[in-house]
Amino acid sequence: MAGSGASHLNTSKLNLGVLRDYYRRLFLECIDKCSGTKALVWDDGLTGPFGLIAEASLLKDQHEVEKMFRLHSSGLPASNVHNIIFIVRPRLCLMETVAQCLLNEEIKGGAVRKEFHLLFVPRKSLLCEKKLKEKGVYGSLVNVDEFNLGLIPFDSDLLSMEMDDAYRECYLENDFTCLFYAAQSLMILQALYGTIPYIYGKGDGAKQVVEMLRKMKMETGGVEPQITPQIDNLLLIDRNVDLLTPLLTQLTYEGLIDEIFNIKNTNVKLPPQKFLTAEEKKNVKEEALEEPKKFILNSADELYAELRDKNFNAVGGIVSRKAKTITAEFDERHAAKTVGEMKQFVSKLPHLQAARASLATHTSIAELIKEVTDSDEFLDALRCQQELTHGLETDKINPYIEDCIAKMEPLSKVLRLICIQSFCNDGLKPKVLDYYKREIIQAFGFEHLVTLCNLEKGGFLRPHSTKSYQTIRKTLRLIVEDVNEQNPNDIAYVYSGYAPLSVRLAQFLARPGWRSITEVLNMLPGPKVEEVQQIPMGLRKRRASVTSSQSSMGEQKLTLVFFLGGVTQAEVAALRFLAQQDDANTGVPHDYIVGTTHILTGSSLMGELTVDLKRYRADGVPLY
Amino acid sequence: MATADWNPLGEFYYRKAEVYSMEWSGLVDIAKHTVAVSTYGGPIALLKDESKTSRVATVAKPVISVYSAAGKLQNQMRWNSGNIITMGWSGTEELLFIQEDGVVLVYDMFLTFKRTFGMGQEAKDIKILEAKIFPSYQGTGIAVMTTSFRIFLTSNIDSPRIVRLAEIPGLNEAPACWTVVLLDRQPRALVAKGEELFLVDQGGQYQNQRPDLSENSGAIIAMAVSFNSKFLALFTQQGLIWIGTSDIQKKYCEFNTKSFQPPQQLVWCGNGAVVGLWDKLIVVVGPDKDWIRYNMDSPVYLVQEEDGLRIIGNDSHEFLHKIPAVTEQIFKIGSMEPGAVLYEASKEFQKQNQKADEYIRMIKDKLDVAVNQCIQAAGHEPEPTIQRMLLRAASFGKCFLTDYRPEAFVNMCMMLRVLNQVRHHSVGIPLTFTQLEHLSMPVLIDRLVLRKMFGLAVKICQYLKIPDSEGRSRILAHWACFKVQQKSEDEEKLARTISQKLVDVPGVSFSEIASQALELGRKQLAIKLLDYEPRASEQVPLLLKMGQDQAALTKAIDSGDTDLVYTVLLRLRDKSSQDFFMMIRGMPIACSLFIQYCRQQNIKLVEDLYYQEDNSWEEGNCKIIRSYSLDDVEERAKLLEDAMNCFLRCKNDFLAKQTEEQIKLIRYQRKLETDTGRSYADQSLQKTLYQLTVEGNHNMAEKFKKEFKVPDRRFWIMKVYALAESGDWIELDKLSRTKKAPVGIETFIDACMKNKNSLEAKKYLSRVPPELKVKCLVRVGLFREAAEAAIESKSEEDFDYILSRLGSAERQVADQVRALRPQLAIRK
Repeated sequence: MAGSGASHLNTSKLNLGVLRDYYRRLFLECIDKCSGTKALVWDDGLTGPFGLIAEASLLKDQHEVEKMFRLHSSGLPASNVHNIIFIVRPRLCLMETVAQCLLNEEIKGGAVRKEFHLLFVPRKSLLCEKKLKEKGVYGSLVNVDEFNLGLIPFDSDLLSMEMDDAYRECYLENDFTCLFYAAQSLMILQALYGTIPYIYGKGDGAKQVVEMLRKMKMETGGVEPQITPQIDNLLLIDRNVDLLTPLLTQLTYEGLIDEIFNIKNTNVKLPPQKFLTAEEKKNVKEEALEEPKKFILNSADELYAELRDKNFNAVGGIVSRKAKTITAEFDERHAAKTVGEMKQFVSKLPHLQAARASLATHTSIAELIKEVTDSDEFLDALRCQQELTHGLETDKINPYIEDCIAKMEPLSKVLRLICIQSFCNDGLKPKVLDYYKREIIQAFGFEHLVTLCNLEKGGFLRPHSTKSYQTIRKTLRLIVEDVNEQNPNDIAYVYSGYAPLSVRLAQFLARPGWRSITEVLNMLPGPKVEEVQQIPMGLRKRRASVTSSQSSMGEQKLTLVFFLGGVTQAEVAALRFLAQQDDANTGVPHDYIVGTTHILTGSSLMGELTVDLKRYRADGVPLY
Repeated sequence: MATADWNPLGEFYYRKAEVYSMEWSGLVDIAKHTVAVSTYGGPIALLKDESKTSRVATVAKPVISVYSAAGKLQNQMRWNSGNIITMGWSGTEELLFIQEDGVVLVYDMFLTFKRTFGMGQEAKDIKILEAKIFPSYQGTGIAVMTTSFRIFLTSNIDSPRIVRLAEIPGLNEAPACWTVVLLDRQPRALVAKGEELFLVDQGGQYQNQRPDLSENSGAIIAMAVSFNSKFLALFTQQGLIWIGTSDIQKKYCEFNTKSFQPPQQLVWCGNGAVVGLWDKLIVVVGPDKDWIRYNMDSPVYLVQEEDGLRIIGNDSHEFLHKIPAVTEQIFKIGSMEPGAVLYEASKEFQKQNQKADEYIRMIKDKLDVAVNQCIQAAGHEPEPTIQRMLLRAASFGKCFLTDYRPEAFVNMCMMLRVLNQVRHHSVGIPLTFTQLEHLSMPVLIDRLVLRKMFGLAVKICQYLKIPDSEGRSRILAHWACFKVQQKSEDEEKLARTISQKLVDVPGVSFSEIASQALELGRKQLAIKLLDYEPRASEQVPLLLKMGQDQAALTKAIDSGDTDLVYTVLLRLRDKSSQDFFMMIRGMPIACSLFIQYCRQQNIKLVEDLYYQEDNSWEEGNCKIIRSYSLDDVEERAKLLEDAMNCFLRCKNDFLAKQTEEQIKLIRYQRKLETDTGRSYADQSLQKTLYQLTVEGNHNMAEKFKKEFKVPDRRFWIMKVYALAESGDWIELDKLSRTKKAPVGIETFIDACMKNKNSLEAKKYLSRVPPELKVKCLVRVGLFREAAEAAIESKSEEDFDYILSRLGSAERQVADQVRALRPQLAIRK
């Protein structure tokens, strides 16, 4: 299980392994509180994140975890462990399930007296505890605890809180819990890596988080972490500041995988046919062919680390070049004549084989993606997006969008396009907006009246307002012509010609500073925040002296860019691109790591706001 | 002469020196009081029982006074509870009174009542005879002996758990003496019965032990355990003092006092000598039968300390202690120890005498030892002038050492500075260096706080650079709590004074101070103070407790901690649902969170809430959502009508119109279902049209189109695909020949291909406009023809498009197409 290894976490400037170890220790302490054999009962939404913190084998071998179950209302499978630990997110619907399980167990009884524990991730919640009390099962729990899992290290430069509904909760329902969690995670981060001296932010959410941070700092009673700051700047970007970017189709390798197949906690499930050899296909039964194949995507895989942030059009070239080198390396065995040479070759073999396997995997994934990206639907949609972002005919009803509705293409695709049009036209004329709305209701169903309301509340759709898009576009150079997809020289390559606004903000902050774009910042929604946290003299970074051999390294600035309300893989790619673009271009080397409430795509963002009748009917889950 | 007051006792020397001349001199006669003194230089409690001393029988209750070790009155009170058996101090300088009925009352040193607890039912029922207060590993313990000669004890008065000790067999009269010893970390009682000793423990075990006493020495009538509980002294009827270990296994000596009178007090001086007090005579007996006697001028009271003995008299407070080895090494006459020589050298140096050099040369090799000795000796020295001389000597010696680490010297200077401060009679804590080491600095600071000497405590903390969280902040918090108790002060002013001092002090818990104020019934003050609390999680519950609902809610919201907001919201809702809505109305965040909560419970609740808020738009939305949970079409229509009215109320005509159409649609759908027997439930209009067309119900579809004003183009696209799906190729062909068709012919081709009918698709190819030709040819899979068309129109772009689509073509065709590529260049 590559995800369990942590070696890929400490390759960047900031050793995120430290954070992972911190969580791991905390979690093990939590489960070690009860002695004896245990079974862990997992909320489905948590298995992914926890796989990144503590692997199953460790729990089994050293912490007496004998069984792992999925939390399900049908109850728990039989087991004879002493302790049952429910590990759940603080959600009311999950409490129902937990209660059901507990009641079932009570009826069953059993030879071994079991003790039940409940571990909330990331925090205890009053409402949930109340619910359990109402259900009359709270007393059956020996222990109700919390495990404050905030930012989960995904990669050496990527942290995510994996709060899938963060955008909706925060911006639609005014429930700022996720901002509070974000602030708490930032406090933990500062405790481990030192106080971050400079904080910048844009947007309402950013302002709130900065205020919470200030309060939390006061609450700690002036006990500052006694560590030299390892992170120089924190940039908080509220998703509301840039809603356009996530709506566009990401064109990096990783972005496309996410757009098409949906990456979840760095795992992706793909249709299996491409990954079986001819032989396997013959032997394997029909059902196995249906079962999707699971892959872990992180930079532990060398090839993936190289490919993930490339424009998809550049992936083919790299893959075939890689194929050639690997074949060449395999061919070395023919050249090896002496025993010593053979030995050397054999020692390289495992690495080579892994590389070859990875190459095969990514060739297949690329083929799967290409099937989609070559389709007319994809290309036409992309063309439509580009026309809109260029500001062409954005004030009229777009015939392509109209056709998409008529042909009942996926709702999320339609909504994305309309929202893009709304942004690029600084809102839509009432006539146009009402037309679209009526079309959507007639085509996709009346319930989407509420979906459309949500989009209006979130600012995705709005009536015509003052012109600003053109100014923003020009000042921030959002549209870049002749972008080089193979050897990019600008972040715009991640959307083949569109530079993500959010990342431009980060870029301008680093150089020449936000003062140069005051006008644009004022046009973007929400306030601008700047805050300096005083660092005691002794902990400040020493100015690297001229004679110091490491002077250039010493001055490298590390910025944590934190997206409140989600970030796309393409934006992450753009920031990684900036981090590599150091001295040659600007003279000021700048490194970035990314933090986020969750990772999103345009579709998942639309999904958060869409009314889903099926879900409503099936589980009685409240809509949106 | 430094050694003038040294008295030899065996191989050691003892010194008795005055610590304070008592402030109470002339006012207090110790002989007329029951005395209790706290160890480690603690305060003195005096109990004067008039009823016992007065010749006339009075009913007057006893008077209790507490003095500092320097004899300064702290407070006085008249006792008004039950009969006091024993009075004593706990390790944290609380004054304990144990009453006849086993009730223990705890006071602070200013005689403020703190708490009370009992020593068990049996003690209460049959009364107690005697009680002992002893230091235990858990804190301070109390042991009581009941009138039935049973012993009960608790080893920690802070969380009293009473245990009964084993019974002593055959004990039917009160023992002459008993005490508590700590053996194996556990308190046990040692009870004398005639010449025998019984050791009883909590496990119900007893051991009968017979100390190794000479014949005919008589019954044991007094005993004393040393400070460290390791040694024991016994006094017998025949005037013999027996000294041994507390487990009675070892005897050091027997000393005959020739007094048949038991001493008033039998105590230990440190752990090295036993002291007996007879009226004004003090006899010190060493373990080797050596002895010293002191005649006192007035009656005295003796207090055992870790490293000596405090002698409290009417006029003075003296300290008797063994001369520490290092002091002896330096000051003993004729000592040639390096320290002694260095001390001399330093003195000569100050006199500018060259002998200094000579002396230094003598001890050149052992200079470090000498310096250390001087530093240590300074620590044990009570007199500041001598301390200074010793330190000066150390400092002088240090000059000759190259790599001597200065920490020890600096630390000692700092410790002495603190010690001299607290020893000053205005503070009155006569602590020795050894005692301070044992007590530790934090405890000393606590003790200053207990004495309400906040300023001095803060100064000491700052001087010693103790972190604020353990030092200054903590002290100031205590100070604030103390301030809060002073009811005479104006609340407004008090709140300001406290906040001014504390607001920039990190780590002070304002909520603690506030709850203190609340306990004292000063609500307004509490509210004011609470405003300064930075931790919302502490602040909010207290605000709720005080009924400051609005403030609690605001603070909870400000904190961003949603769980805290819910705590307040639910509490408020349970309290009064009427005011509740009014209250949260003006608070959007509280509102949203409450709605969020309701949404998870029941959407109807949310609806009501929006209704209360006059938010018709959201109310309408809720109704729409809820309508989907209803099965009956008319019920659903009814609810949608309500929703429509909501939208009309907020003048959103668009939404109202859409809702109206939906009502119409579901009614039509219902009717269709009855007519055709097919289900159309929950289908969108477009899907309904599609289904109708697939089913061939074109008339109905047309009717719907008109009724709902479906745009032509969308209707056509729907129709084309629906016809293709139903395989009605004739109808499809007919449709394609309609004049002024709003859709292009390519749609027909696409629809055919979607249903995998390339034969039908190809029929339309001839009518494709030239600019779409290539695309359509590719769509039907005619790649070669497409390539040719592209060459015809000289379109490189089209050709590339064909190439990109070749993936799905057969290999042969693909090769053919690729082979055509050069032609494109030629034609150009």
